[in-house]
Amino acid sequence: MTTATAPAALRLKVPYVASTIGRKVVMAVTGLVLFGFVLVHMIGNLTLYAGPEAMDGYSRFLHTFLHGGGLWIARVVLLTCAVLHVWSAASLTLDSWAARPVGYRLWKAKDSTYASRTMRWGGVILFLFIIFHILNLTLGHFDPGYVPGDVYANVVHAFRQWPVSVFYIVAMFALGLHLDHGVWSLFHTLGFSHPRYKRWLREAARGFAILLVVGNCSFPIAVLAGWVR
Amino acid sequence: MNLTLHVWRQKGPRERGRFVTYRATDVSADMSFLEMLDVVNEGLLLKGEEPIAFDHDCREGICGACGMVINGRPHGPKARTTTCQLHLRSFRDGQELWLEPWRSRAFPVVKDLIVDRGAFDRVIQAGGYISAAIGSAPDANAVPIRKENADLAMDAAACIGCGACVAACPNGSAMLFTAAKISHLGLLAQGQPERYERAAAMVETMDAEGFGSCTNHNECEAACPKGISVAFIARLNADFVRARLTEGRRLEQVGEGGV
Repeated sequence: MTTATAPAALRLKVPYVASTIGRKVVMAVTGLVLFGFVLVHMIGNLTLYAGPEAMDGYSRFLHTFLHGGGLWIARVVLLTCAVLHVWSAASLTLDSWAARPVGYRLWKAKDSTYASRTMRWGGVILFLFIIFHILNLTLGHFDPGYVPGDVYANVVHAFRQWPVSVFYIVAMFALGLHLDHGVWSLFHTLGFSHPRYKRWLREAARGFAILLVVGNCSFPIAVLAGWVR
Repeated sequence: MNLTLHVWRQKGPRERGRFVTYRATDVSADMSFLEMLDVVNEGLLLKGEEPIAFDHDCREGICGACGMVINGRPHGPKARTTTCQLHLRSFRDGQELWLEPWRSRAFPVVKDLIVDRGAFDRVIQAGGYISAAIGSAPDANAVPIRKENADLAMDAAACIGCGACVAACPNGSAMLFTAAKISHLGLLAQGQPERYERAAAMVETMDAEGFGSCTNHNECEAACPKGISVAFIARLNADFVRARLTEGRRLEQVGEGGV
């Protein structure tokens, strides 16, 4: 009797998470968490339109939730996700660049989108924006009149400086493009894709991206236009 | 019709390559792309020059041997068409064409437009088969398989392994090829026992061969002469994740040493 060819080994030589798909899964899961955060962050910021009491009250709620622990749990989770997201993206990008050492003289895009092709540099813009945003509105840099806890006034101060508003708006468009590709792509990476609902998923991703761009850009525009003082 | 060709010429794997310009004069619009290259090569031979090396075999779009990047598109501008099935009527008279080999670290150039696609063979060797003895061909309908799954398995099995997906991918990823190969087995009853080991082992080999990673651009599907859907990539992702999640259970069943 002949023995069959030995089937594929059960144990991999490299851990699952280090494989390309493993790192993509890390990127997808952390991306989903970060997407949930930006959505809730935008909705929370709508309190800007309800006046100083509403926004400062919302801020106090976040700072006192779970005796002040809630905010720190959120910060640790988000920071961990951001670090893992950037790590997986950076390492996969380097691998992909190495996969084509000699480029094409001529290459024409067909089914890829502007959003899918700008994920990496858009991500870099978002990374720089997040650092600026935390320095600006959480730690009070670039704003001489910053008062901790006086959130409404701090936001209005910040956005009255037009360069801050312009950077903010540019970053939100980068976020929109990032989400337009990222939100459907992450489900594909996690294995959820079916011709029947893929189109729906892509349209939902675009809808969320537009919602976030419009919602977030409305804050600096409202301040610059003088609707929010 | 007349065409101007800028062809990538490279004497060997370690040589430096460069573009050389040739003219294809008085060629028929009904010629296939490879027939046009044959004519150009005959002209080169008469002049005592080295003919352009390109891969080809069946010339009917089913073997997967031919393939080059023509004006920035693998297999040229026509959808679901291999280079050999592409005809000159797809181009304009007097058009300039850039002919390049597949560009991928995993596919080193052998000569001119020929690349070594042995990396695909090694991905198949890692698990693109079944090792269960299934006897001779079973009677029709003896193994019940859902019609949808049978159709999907056939769609995936249409992959001819030409490498256009890798060539088209901005990341140089071989996910569409690997996905098609794990799917056409994973959708059928005979492929079930090794389904998850297969996904894990083929992905591991795919990574080791130096292919890039998928970012869901969908360029592979657009370039695939067989129109293989990127939905198979999601299936591969799901099988790979499930391989990780069920690893402990499988190890328990067969022991630490593996099968």
